[in-house]
Amino acid sequence: MSVIKVEDKLYQNRYIVDENRPHIYIKDAEVCASSCKSQPCTFCCPANCYTKDDAGGVNLVTDGCLECGTCRVICQDNGNVSWNYPRGGYGISYKFG
Amino acid sequence: MVEKFDAIVVGAGPSGNSAAYTLAKGGLKVLQIERGEYSGSKNVQGAIMYADALERIIPDFREDAPLERHIIEQRIWLLGDDSYIGTNYRSDSFNSERPNRYTIIRAQFDKWFNEKVREAGALVICETTVTELLRDASGKVYGVRTDRENGEVHADVVIMADGVNALLARRADLQEELPPENAALAVKEIHFIDPALIEQRFQVKGDEGVVIEMMGKVTGGMVGTAFLYTNKESLTIGIGCLISDFKEKGIAPYKLLEDLKNHPVIKPLIQGGEVKEYAGHLIPEGGYKAVPQVCGDGWMVVGDAAHLNNAAHREGSNLAMTSGRFAAETLIELKKQGKAPVAANLALYKKKLDESFVMKDLKKYKNLPHIMHMSPQFFNAYPDLLNGAAHDLFTVDSVDKKTKENQILKSFAKRRSIFGLVGDAFKLARAFR
Repeated sequence: MSVIKVEDKLYQNRYIVDENRPHIYIKDAEVCASSCKSQPCTFCCPANCYTKDDAGGVNLVTDGCLECGTCRVICQDNGNVSWNYPRGGYGISYKFG
Repeated sequence: MVEKFDAIVVGAGPSGNSAAYTLAKGGLKVLQIERGEYSGSKNVQGAIMYADALERIIPDFREDAPLERHIIEQRIWLLGDDSYIGTNYRSDSFNSERPNRYTIIRAQFDKWFNEKVREAGALVICETTVTELLRDASGKVYGVRTDRENGEVHADVVIMADGVNALLARRADLQEELPPENAALAVKEIHFIDPALIEQRFQVKGDEGVVIEMMGKVTGGMVGTAFLYTNKESLTIGIGCLISDFKEKGIAPYKLLEDLKNHPVIKPLIQGGEVKEYAGHLIPEGGYKAVPQVCGDGWMVVGDAAHLNNAAHREGSNLAMTSGRFAAETLIELKKQGKAPVAANLALYKKKLDESFVMKDLKKYKNLPHIMHMSPQFFNAYPDLLNGAAHDLFTVDSVDKKTKENQILKSFAKRRSIFGLVGDAFKLARAFR
């Protein structure tokens, strides 16, 4: 089976990037590495913003974020995701929606 | 001095636009705040728009609303590995002068609706994120804080139309966080394609459209559905499953979408299209029992933010528009009577919801979300079994019909057991009664 590249899908989308101001962040990297075995954010996020890193933790890049909220909902047991909307006017801007 | 309004509407989706439009038409001083570039730029839906709900707000919407195709045929398919078994309902009566359902493109539709809100006299501010509700010591809401400089605005009432994530209500402890089993994550793509191909593949002409709702093997046993909708010059294809199931199964949502697109009965329908956008969105699926408190001192919550979505019938935007209208009409009535927007008076909004199809329909299916969550067989075993049964029945070989019948019955009993079958039938009957 071929590998699905989410990047190719995200490439179609229009984003207004708020440079160096990510709207979502991981509160405590240690919690991802030690207290979260399944790390569901790494496979549930539809934009693949979360990836496992070599040290057993989770790396977050919000550039392609679709602002759906899945990561916040899925991480509520650990409460380790600080989830905000981007500043007004920034982030995903759907042409079709 | 901080500017004061009769009402602030947060969000410019169908519920927010309905509320703001109705309020402005009713002569109230309204401020609507949208965080996107424009109304619709943050919004995602399948998308089907139900005429009745909008008609009650803007009766002549058909004159200039950006509508794609009116639906003349509804298909419901249960997908097997390489097949489907399903029902189609097609009627020429859906070609009436005032069609009942349309496909729309939300970014365009919401933009149009928001223009109507402005024309009606509301002040609309885009590119502004509301960060929190302003409340006094008693808890009464008196305005909002935005991410603009000196971004405080005051109002008698704040209507929260901020969508499924309902951050404002949750931050103010007016709502609990969404449990993963009460929300579906849906992903979809829009494929642009020659309209002649749409006409040919879906047997439609002019602005006629077809919608296909699908269940079965493509969700990998998860509680969820897929859809394929015809627009004027494009097709939207998507799939959504409960977040709790994604979490449990470890399946990536975009993988499901790729599998759906590559399914042998779907692939020929979308072939030759060009993908122009990929979207992801949550859908409130908890039903009646998940509906939070919808109003209190100085606040109301409408649409997805109030969990008003009928998952059983794939209806959401009509509940959103209707709740937005009810919230606005409540305020207009209170204003006329000179009553303050305190919890006891705003309860009229809840009453309006309860007495309408919105809560009556949600109540009818109040047990369905739980039953579906506990019964993956409806999304896996049954589509499989029914496809297998059809395959056996329609394959002409030297096996006699009686033997085939027995084999089919045995396959059902083996997969689900007689008790399981009876129990499932009973559960479904109760949930849909």
